[in-house]
Amino acid sequence: MSGLSLKLAVQTWLRTRGGVHPPECKDTAAMPIRTIPAPARLYLPLKQHIGAEAKPDVVPLQLVKKGQVLARGQGSVSAHVHAPCSGHIADIVEYPAPHPSGLPMPVLVIENDGRDDADEMPVAKHPHLLAPEDIAARVQAAGIVGLGGATFPAAVKMNLGQAKAVDMLIINGCECEPYLTCDDRLMQERAAGIADGARIMAQALNIVGAPDVIIAIENNKPEAIAAMREATAGWRHVDVVPVPTQYPMGAEKQLVRYLTGREVPAGKLLADVGVLVQNVGTAYAVQQALRTGMPLVSRIVTVAGGAVARPGNYEVPIGMRVSDVLAHCGLVCEPARVVMGGPMMGHALGHPDAPVVKGTSGILALTAGEVRAEAERPCIRCAACVDACPMGLLPVTMASLLKSDKLDEALGIGLSDCISCAACSYACPSNIPLVHYFNYGKGEVVAKREAKRKDEEIKRLIEEHRVRMAAIEREKAEAAAKRQAAMEKQKAEKAAA
Amino acid sequence: MPATTAPHTSGPRSVGFIMAMVMLALVPGTLLGIAQFGWPALNLFVLTIATALAAEAASLIVAGKPVRVALMDGSAVLTAWLLALSLPPWAPWWIGVVGAMFAIAIGKHLFGGLGQNVFNPAMLARTVLLISFPVEMTAWIAPQPMFSAHAPGFSEGLAITFGQLHLDAVSSASLLGHVKTTLGIDGHAPLPAIIAGSFHPLASFMGTTAGSLGETSALLFIAGGLFLIYLRIISWHIPAAMLATVGLLAWATHLANPLHFSPPLFHLLNGGLMLGAFFIATDPVTSPVSNNGKLVFGAGCGVLVFIIRQWGGYPEGVAFAVLLMNAATPLIDHYIRPRIFGRTLGGEPLPVAGKEGP
Repeated sequence: MSGLSLKLAVQTWLRTRGGVHPPECKDTAAMPIRTIPAPARLYLPLKQHIGAEAKPDVVPLQLVKKGQVLARGQGSVSAHVHAPCSGHIADIVEYPAPHPSGLPMPVLVIENDGRDDADEMPVAKHPHLLAPEDIAARVQAAGIVGLGGATFPAAVKMNLGQAKAVDMLIINGCECEPYLTCDDRLMQERAAGIADGARIMAQALNIVGAPDVIIAIENNKPEAIAAMREATAGWRHVDVVPVPTQYPMGAEKQLVRYLTGREVPAGKLLADVGVLVQNVGTAYAVQQALRTGMPLVSRIVTVAGGAVARPGNYEVPIGMRVSDVLAHCGLVCEPARVVMGGPMMGHALGHPDAPVVKGTSGILALTAGEVRAEAERPCIRCAACVDACPMGLLPVTMASLLKSDKLDEALGIGLSDCISCAACSYACPSNIPLVHYFNYGKGEVVAKREAKRKDEEIKRLIEEHRVRMAAIEREKAEAAAKRQAAMEKQKAEKAAA
Repeated sequence: MPATTAPHTSGPRSVGFIMAMVMLALVPGTLLGIAQFGWPALNLFVLTIATALAAEAASLIVAGKPVRVALMDGSAVLTAWLLALSLPPWAPWWIGVVGAMFAIAIGKHLFGGLGQNVFNPAMLARTVLLISFPVEMTAWIAPQPMFSAHAPGFSEGLAITFGQLHLDAVSSASLLGHVKTTLGIDGHAPLPAIIAGSFHPLASFMGTTAGSLGETSALLFIAGGLFLIYLRIISWHIPAAMLATVGLLAWATHLANPLHFSPPLFHLLNGGLMLGAFFIATDPVTSPVSNNGKLVFGAGCGVLVFIIRQWGGYPEGVAFAVLLMNAATPLIDHYIRPRIFGRTLGGEPLPVAGKEGP
């Protein structure tokens, strides 16, 4: 073993925990990105990000241009929605969400006029020389969210980077989910754009001196590594670092730990250890917005799975229905399951008409053989889940506590630290849907907290009401007493007279 | 309808695969044992496994659980296999039958079936047999390799298994038993002399000594155990901790008083220690789930094995040691947990670097 690979092995051993190695299934990595033209109608959800729903800025029948703001982000954590094509607003309706439930959510429907009249944002001549606030403002105006799947508004993250002492920007090109190759292709084909975007985002960190920029790519993507190295050749403070191929290497906390040795304390943010992580797709979207003025209206989506006739990477307009995308790529058989995202953390679609959103990295039409949905069997406590957990949790114990409704005890041994990566479920020889229990448990915690908040709010209102009523009563009593006193005084005076 | 939540793929391992690999790892040691002790050993082995399968099916039917899937997962066969390896090879048929029934019906299904039992079912059954039927359970014989001149033939073998034939002539104590009983006699020879006269490390290592099927070849059970560690079906923690503890205790006590304490190699190579360390203490259902917990569990087994062998009433203590530590497993799992990412060992969030913690 050479010195370098020994060093890598030691670093991997010291700085990673758990993890699994699912079959990669990344055949689409060799397939160039092709563009799918915008279909006749697009369906744009008002909420495609973490945070508050955007508010429509248009009315039905209004003519819109490509790139025009259709809905504005509300509150501190939110994002705008832009038109991916020109045409007119056909309707604002409730439409199936890209979510397992398929429940409806408010969606803007655009009728495409096919003319592609564009309305770009103003562009600065030297974006990387702009003030940090200015860069963040432009990123916000472009509606950019984390394109790795978490869809956290990018500008909010950048502002956070300014507020905290962040000295390192990590561009995440790990793409550790099986099947997905959209980031890989983007790096292979548009490395210069990603590098430029990374430099612009580093500028926005607002720190004295140049921050370190690390572009992290799993070592199963040699072409992407070579392309990014070429694109960043000669840049100081930029490092392209191959990382071991291991799921979930691309999880932010795990990646930061591996690259820097810094461990994000429980309940804290990456910025608290001085690091900001952005996905390669996000870096590219930032570059596009600041260089060409085109906001986030399309993204690269990996379309794959055994049921797809023409799998590959496609640049898809946001708002295109999954059923339209699959019709474009063709199906060889009826898929057993259609998944949005990767097979480890993506969700099965409740409705095939759900639209592609900003966070859609993949559309997988999986056959029954690929899904391997087998019946759940008893737990034999083999601890494969314990070995797989990248957070050092005991999935076996948490699951048995949750099964017997001991939510508080499960929280006591780390339920809230679970990152839902599903490595435990993958490793389980008894096909126990462990991560499903944990997502349920975490949902219960949120629901209970919300219920408690409401409860306290009601108590507060009742108490206020009581105080108010008591004050009124007191005032009344005082007024009555005064009146009484006055009357008695009058009586006394009369009597005296 | 199966759950359609993530992940939308699953790993290649199944419970059946794990059980099959453990059995595969047991094959060499078992074959050698059967070859050594001939037809009666094979009869007992087959009977024990057949009874376990029948008991499993009956228990599943009584519990109203699906029968075929559970029978196919191999867990009942493995339990019976381990039990058979721990019995005297020429024991009568009913020892295997009663043991297998007890292991499956009471040791496993009474607790709720696969994955629910607190105690290792095979060791529970062995212990019950040893206490209930001490004569049959301590009737060891010297190896009579199959097809050798003095070995019983097929029909003789059946006669031995079904209690028609007693062969006192070939009975022989296991080495651990020999040392224990000899030391107990007044005016006995000093320990080094007893050991020098009876303990041949190579024989114990290769497995040409008296004992149960699983107490013979240390070599083949080590090989099987390493195979399972290589496949990551068991982790190294329990066997390493258990063997190291026994070895260290034996080494230290032997160093202090060689006239009273046997040397470490004697402890490591004799009895069921290797089978116990690699195949029995590592039973996932009854051992802790965390790696540090496994180290504690293994060390506890090692200490108990040594104490029982040295000062207990029985010459061998692997089964007792494992059962006692099985009882401690929930406690170990409660107190010994891995450090959670971003937290201290105590579960508090790590302090933010450069700032005072809360």
